[in-house]
Amino acid sequence: MNIHEYQAKKLLRDFDLPTPSGGVAATPAEAASLTRDLGGTRWAVKAQVHAGGRAQARGVRLVDSADAAGDAARDLLGSRIVTTQTGPEGKAVRRVYVEQAVDVDRELYLAILVDRSVGRLAFIGSEQGGDDIEQRAAADPASILRLVTTPDRGLDRTAAADFAAQLGLTGPQGDAAIAIMESMYRAFIACDAGLIEINPLAVTNSGDVMALDVKMTLDDNALFRHEELEVLRDVDEVDPTEVEAKRYELNFVKLDGDIGVMVNGAGLALATVDLLKERGGEPADFMDVRPVATRDQIATGFKMLLSNPKVRAILVNIYGGGILRCDTVADGIATACQDSGLRVPLVLRAAGTNMEMARKTLISRGVTVTFADDMMDAADKVVAAAKGA
Amino acid sequence: MAVLIDSDTKVICQGFTGQLATYHMERAITYGTKVGGGVVPGKGGQTHLGLPVFDTVAEAVDATGATATAIFVPPASAATAIEEAIDAEMPLAVCITERVPVLDMVRVKCRLDDAKTRLIGPNSQGIIAPGRCKIGVMPAHLERQGNIGIASRSASLTSEIIDQTTAQRLGQSTSIGIGGDPVHGIGFIECLELFLDDPETKGIILLGEIGGSDEEDAAEFLKSARPDKPVVAYVAGHHAPTERRMGHAGTVNVFGGGSAAEKCDALATAGVHIAPNAAEIGSTMRRALTG
Repeated sequence: MNIHEYQAKKLLRDFDLPTPSGGVAATPAEAASLTRDLGGTRWAVKAQVHAGGRAQARGVRLVDSADAAGDAARDLLGSRIVTTQTGPEGKAVRRVYVEQAVDVDRELYLAILVDRSVGRLAFIGSEQGGDDIEQRAAADPASILRLVTTPDRGLDRTAAADFAAQLGLTGPQGDAAIAIMESMYRAFIACDAGLIEINPLAVTNSGDVMALDVKMTLDDNALFRHEELEVLRDVDEVDPTEVEAKRYELNFVKLDGDIGVMVNGAGLALATVDLLKERGGEPADFMDVRPVATRDQIATGFKMLLSNPKVRAILVNIYGGGILRCDTVADGIATACQDSGLRVPLVLRAAGTNMEMARKTLISRGVTVTFADDMMDAADKVVAAAKGA
Repeated sequence: MAVLIDSDTKVICQGFTGQLATYHMERAITYGTKVGGGVVPGKGGQTHLGLPVFDTVAEAVDATGATATAIFVPPASAATAIEEAIDAEMPLAVCITERVPVLDMVRVKCRLDDAKTRLIGPNSQGIIAPGRCKIGVMPAHLERQGNIGIASRSASLTSEIIDQTTAQRLGQSTSIGIGGDPVHGIGFIECLELFLDDPETKGIILLGEIGGSDEEDAAEFLKSARPDKPVVAYVAGHHAPTERRMGHAGTVNVFGGGSAAEKCDALATAGVHIAPNAAEIGSTMRRALTG
């Protein structure tokens, strides 16, 4: 689960992470008023969206008066910001974060995440922070420093000091960096985070080390034990159909094309989307029906495909077995068609448990469906149907 | 010979009396898997599916001589269940449970480092040696005993490939679902080692996907391993939008692994035959074996 910069900073301050003073505003008046509360002479007004790359998209404005802060907020609030991470449709700005501006001498990159290749918590660092870290990491992987920790020994102070020194932070700044790493480590474990990324970690002109921007995600699988963090969820940041789909045991991601897709299993669903593209089709979505989905949940998922006006054909690729059976899926599809009407060609590839029953169910309930023998056959049939429709 | 399991493997089930466990263990018993009983704390002494239930893994092992455990407990207690199996020194633990918190698995991974237990999963479909033993949730009517070893990160795709290799008249020696989670037990490398050592396995199929670097690590391993059997791979997610979470496939992370195309390149450089799409994996293996 993603959380906003202002939420992450508030959370991490409880773990002693040094950040400039700041507050969140939902109106220009609130933004202006914050400059008075925070004190100082310059502030950054920052769009709060679940995406990075804001600076390059004018999502971060430097201001030197309450009025200017209000103007910046007025400009940002209610606008859509398009960055390299939002997709072309951008994201709506509903809040801004007003923060004391600091004079920066150097900007670094520091993050903590689970290193999948070794199954351990690891720090990642670079002497150069900024929005283009991904390109630089791809171009020169050796410029990225890594420090692996172990659950039993935690963060080793000597190793942390070494790591900080490689980032050019020694003496009092080295100590500050070690303290920051300890804060991040404690917070990651206490909150069951997925990522805590500080970019930039700034060394100010007065020699302080602080986090200017923080991106933090939480492990969805652990939210059941963090009720107090579940409330940080911002449903406005996620496509409403995707939020809705989750309630029906469906993993759903909207894509741009005209072939609706329903598959059981994430890997098979990814593979189906790949195959459709290869055979000249354009998937309208990725939909993974979870094993415990019921007939009614499947019916809801199918109706989601039907209600997308761009969809000109639908492919259902089900490998039945385990607890999700082909006939349950057929039942769900038939129910959806009875409720909403089937307005597009439907291609079904059903294999595995009860596939014959699935076919019989659909036929007996009057659903017009083309059956496919295997994945390739199914892909070609639905691509042709979408083109011909 | 299959790998890791055979027709004599004695299996217990942690979380035995749960709905999912009951459904699948019943099918495993029908299939011919030798199930000794199950473990559900507080229900020791009861019977389920005609078999004894024990309070702890240690008691179950003592009574049944089981060497493998199928773990079906809910996500909040999965890591603890795995650790209990490690404490009892079970040679094989197969964790079916999905949505296990990542930090719990980081803890488990540390324990596995010097444990006698080999873990498959979590979020695993299970392991099947056709005709001999089935531990997990895979459908079992299209598999055939044969000579292709399969190691897969995706349950659904595995069923499809078992189907294809049977249709190609190749059959399977063992199919292992390493699962879709970012931190897990055995990975592609361990599966490759097992299959390369197994005389019954004549060809190996790796089913990968975006997220993490399992495929790149496997490629590195194969470069020095110089396999004497063909390895075929398919990587799902060539057209997945970046920065999006797709089921269990995980977010593409610049520090954690490349795109599907990059994974294929790494594997191809190591001599792996890359299947052009999911529908042609069986045929790619057929060609690799005869070509």
